[in-house]
Amino acid sequence: MRRYFSRKLLIYGLTFFVAVTVNWLIPRFMPGDPVASMVARANVAQPEAVEAMRAYYNDLFGFDQPLWQQYVNFWGAMFQGDFGISIWLFPTPVSTVINGAVPYTLGLIIPSVLLSWVVGNRFGAYAARRKLLDNTVLPVGYVLTAMPYMWLAVLLAWALGVIAGLFPVAGGYSFSMRPNWSWTFALDLLHHWTLPFLSLFLVALGGWAIGMRNMIIYELESDYSNYLSALGAPARLIRRYAFRNAVLPQITGLALQLGVLVAGALVTEIVFAYPGLGSLILKAIQNQDFFLLQGTFLFIVLGVLIANFIIDIVYVVVDPRTRAGMAGAQA
Amino acid sequence: MSLQVSELKVYYRTLKGEVRALDGMTFELGDGEILGLVGESGCGKSTLGKSLIRMDGRMRHVGGTVVLDDRELPIGDDRAMNDFRFREVSLIPQYAMSALNPTRKLRRMVTELLRSRGAEVDTAELERRMDQVGLPREVLDRYPIELSGGMKQRMVMVISTLLDPSLLIADEVTSALDVSTQKAVARALLGFRESGYIKSMIFVTHDIALTHHIADTIMVMYAGRLAEKAPADVIVKAPRHPYTKLLLDSLPEVGVRHADRRLEGIPGSPPSLLDPPAGCRFRARCPIAGDECAQDPPVAELAPDHHVACWKA
Repeated sequence: MRRYFSRKLLIYGLTFFVAVTVNWLIPRFMPGDPVASMVARANVAQPEAVEAMRAYYNDLFGFDQPLWQQYVNFWGAMFQGDFGISIWLFPTPVSTVINGAVPYTLGLIIPSVLLSWVVGNRFGAYAARRKLLDNTVLPVGYVLTAMPYMWLAVLLAWALGVIAGLFPVAGGYSFSMRPNWSWTFALDLLHHWTLPFLSLFLVALGGWAIGMRNMIIYELESDYSNYLSALGAPARLIRRYAFRNAVLPQITGLALQLGVLVAGALVTEIVFAYPGLGSLILKAIQNQDFFLLQGTFLFIVLGVLIANFIIDIVYVVVDPRTRAGMAGAQA
Repeated sequence: MSLQVSELKVYYRTLKGEVRALDGMTFELGDGEILGLVGESGCGKSTLGKSLIRMDGRMRHVGGTVVLDDRELPIGDDRAMNDFRFREVSLIPQYAMSALNPTRKLRRMVTELLRSRGAEVDTAELERRMDQVGLPREVLDRYPIELSGGMKQRMVMVISTLLDPSLLIADEVTSALDVSTQKAVARALLGFRESGYIKSMIFVTHDIALTHHIADTIMVMYAGRLAEKAPADVIVKAPRHPYTKLLLDSLPEVGVRHADRRLEGIPGSPPSLLDPPAGCRFRARCPIAGDECAQDPPVAELAPDHHVACWKA
């Protein structure tokens, strides 16, 4: 058990290191100079003043140091919880900017991932034993799961937002409001949350339902199901066993899909101008905000790794075969 | 009589038409009798075993009746059969190694299975039966994946017979086991009958030698029909049907060096059951076939308890 988890932790640590390094590299390979654009924003005409500002900012952000020094400083600062200062929203610290956006992203991703997984599994299992449902749900599921998130998002915004006028198509809350603890504001939040949630939920739902349907059919034809039927066990018991066993690959699927789901959520946020990490990344790229970009990426990498680790633990708890595997068994 | 099967016809539905896997089987099985059912692949022996407990989706009950303990089994009606399964007829499947749900501990699985059939687990009785087949008690608190193949097989044997069924169908239970385990399984099955857990048994197998050790009666099937049925000793020592004779001739014998005498098989292969030829189905491969074999041979009782379906016997 301990060997299993220490190996897992080592792999996660390595992944974290590589991912963070890449995150640090990407902004620096982007064309353009953030300091130049900051100076341009200030609209200063005198060459001496421009030179002074440039020197000041380069020193402030550490761009005057050699690249390797910047890289080492970056790791050092990160472990002290210092992610730097945003260039776009200068002089707000990156951590403050991210803190403002994280609740929106988590509020979108967690319910849509979990709900689509649970509902999709139930639905797929149910469809597997109704011919009529199977013949209608399956094609719909394939269409849904093949859709890019942002395309469904655009469709939903157009149909339910623009044409039907049921939901707002942009923002996390109405522009006329200020965030506060009141029912009106909570309702407004929910109202704005519905469309982005739906577009994430529906696309993922189709995939889970199809996977579950196929797994259930496989499990119901397996030897243990046949044996139980031969002993006259009621269909309810057999289905319960089949469902439990069919869920296991779906858990693995969840771990594998997590990165894709998060990426989809980020793009969907941009479509709906939802004030989460996705919109933040877009802004950071547009403004060549290295530090904000690094910070958001770091946060996403951490989130995905932690979620994967939780799934690993869940898997060990629900499937006795992984525990046997830890002891060195092959089955 | 414990089991009476008369004129049983079970066909498989296929895209090409109906495959007559069982085409008019008639036989009886007495109380406490162990019937060894032998024949080559595709002769219908597994179909017969399945028909008595649970037909799969492609099988169709075309005609004939099965009566167990004076009650007719509704073998064509999957739902009505549920009342008889496990309590009256039970099965040790061919796939005993994979018959247990891999993600349930055995104690829980047995409890849930029995409860779903309206019975409570008698732990003392369960453990006594496990002792009888040499399974340690802690097996109950393990997952099936933690057991060896032989242990899984014995566990399935114990589970299948927990409700003391009248008839047990053992379908190729020894096929995947090595010889010493085969012997243990055979001995355990005989023990079940002695202890009264089961009344009678149909033992489906390819292995005539093993059948001879445990069966009272051996029934040889060929192409969906009965060829010969007689007490085990008679089948092995004095077979009357040419197919049975050739089948026995194709077995290796102790003391014979096959370098000197080639081991003979039976030339040819069984007829297609999709559209079987009229008359005796063994005619095309039979060395002594004659003109009368163009007619269907009736099953005749040539000696007491010795039934043969052959014009020449």
